[in-house]
Amino acid sequence: MNSQNSIEQVHTRIWLEEPEPDNVFATKAAYCYGYDVYGGMLGQARWVEMLYVLFRGEAPTSAQTELLETVAVALANPGPRDPSVHAAMCGGVGGSTAASCLIAALAVGAGQVAGGHEVFLAMESWNSCGTDIDAWQRLLTAPADDMTSIWPKSEHPPGFDPNGISTPTIVKQTLACLAGISIGTRLPWLAKNRSNLEAMVNRPLALSGVAAATFSDLGFTSGQGEMLHLLLRLPGAAAHALEQWQIGHKKFPFFGIELENDPAREAR
Amino acid sequence: MNGPELLHQHIDRLKSSMGACFPGERAIFRGHDLHVELKNMDWIELYVFGITGRRFTEKQLSLLHAIWVCTSYPDARIWNNRVAALAGSSRSTGALGIAAALAVSEASIYGGGIYIPSINFLKRTLKALNKGVELVDCVRDELKKHRSIAGYGRPLVSGDERIVPIMSLARSLGLGDGPHVQLAFEVDELLAARRWRLRINYGAIAAALCADLGLSPYEYYLFVFPAFLAGMPPCYIESSERPEGTLFPLSCDHILYEGPPKRSWKSGKSG
Repeated sequence: MNSQNSIEQVHTRIWLEEPEPDNVFATKAAYCYGYDVYGGMLGQARWVEMLYVLFRGEAPTSAQTELLETVAVALANPGPRDPSVHAAMCGGVGGSTAASCLIAALAVGAGQVAGGHEVFLAMESWNSCGTDIDAWQRLLTAPADDMTSIWPKSEHPPGFDPNGISTPTIVKQTLACLAGISIGTRLPWLAKNRSNLEAMVNRPLALSGVAAATFSDLGFTSGQGEMLHLLLRLPGAAAHALEQWQIGHKKFPFFGIELENDPAREAR
Repeated sequence: MNGPELLHQHIDRLKSSMGACFPGERAIFRGHDLHVELKNMDWIELYVFGITGRRFTEKQLSLLHAIWVCTSYPDARIWNNRVAALAGSSRSTGALGIAAALAVSEASIYGGGIYIPSINFLKRTLKALNKGVELVDCVRDELKKHRSIAGYGRPLVSGDERIVPIMSLARSLGLGDGPHVQLAFEVDELLAARRWRLRINYGAIAAALCADLGLSPYEYYLFVFPAFLAGMPPCYIESSERPEGTLFPLSCDHILYEGPPKRSWKSGKSG
């Protein structure tokens, strides 16, 4: 049996698969944008090179590889205080499925506070303003867009920490490291102009802002940057979820509650 | 106030008027004892009460039920349902498949991405009409801004089989002639008369009916997002009962490659 007469097809520029002679459902060779994945890349290509090819369609330069790998290390574990990792731990501590822990991390980490959509919006800002400080001034001091969508209205300029006071050391370290190896214009410009931008919004730069500049320098679109940010933060979520299952729910915070309209209390 | 001071105020305690569970004792739901005061609510009544904090009449609840019923299609070809079905075929869990299918329902060209823009358009337009603006100007503005009107047009076909049954029920309940519903159909007539090729779809009708029930855009969004849910478990079940991996298997011939030709890999290009 084969599917020679099939009219339903997946159109793709990314992936070509050649079948084994005896089975059209078994892969003899797979090509990613023309590169032989199992016959040429395997054992040669690094993980981030594969990532870059998948999103950009071309092999990265060594400088691009280094930049992507470095930001991947910076993003790999947002830590257990981060809401997305917290969500994953809520799954892990109760023995929820592995996928649900990652889904929890993705759902929470998708948002506009340190999340994927914040990176998307921050990259849109880079697309609008580039390295023009006056354009940033206009953008950052303009009222938030009230366009209605599924996403809640922005409550702070994307890429900055709504509850920060000064730039955290790890953000400065990440920016310095990435700006030092970047082949683009945005990370070095951000490193140079960070204080000015922070003064415009009265908030410190956040790691999401550094990630957005990095993805922009690597030539990713806003949508690609959003996806990568979601993806690259998952390892920590996974590890912390597994750890909480081992530690057990009795040691996991449950927190107190103050019910403002408790009918039992009102009856008393 | 913001910054660490604000965060400190919220440390380790949840202040809530929505509810709490007192394990072994009771559960409070929006200020009411769930097992005493609310124990006779049906599920959708409780769900809408949870969203709005308001009570709805029996007729209104019948309509809200029907809004979900009319759009629950157990057809595994539909993109969101297909996710549930693929989970069944791939022998994943039902909860994962159906939760993912629901999440996927928040799409740009159908489902979740339409809910808020459609109810917003109707509410905004009704306000404008009440101020004397012409409907044609509202429609033209919307088309100019977004190149489409949420709730009008459909990705695969132009007609919508859900409109007649939901409107028939709504009218029988005395809930089919509210101002937003009337407006929704007036927009449809205008679009047809001007040959804008966007016919009304279920999204506009559901939004209009809910707007006439007093739901805000956000309340409507939260109410309607599980609207496809009832169609999903059947898709999961059927594909999980078939031999594994047999839902829409894709052979190599199903992949139409349109990318660059084969080339050699070389790691670490300089630059």
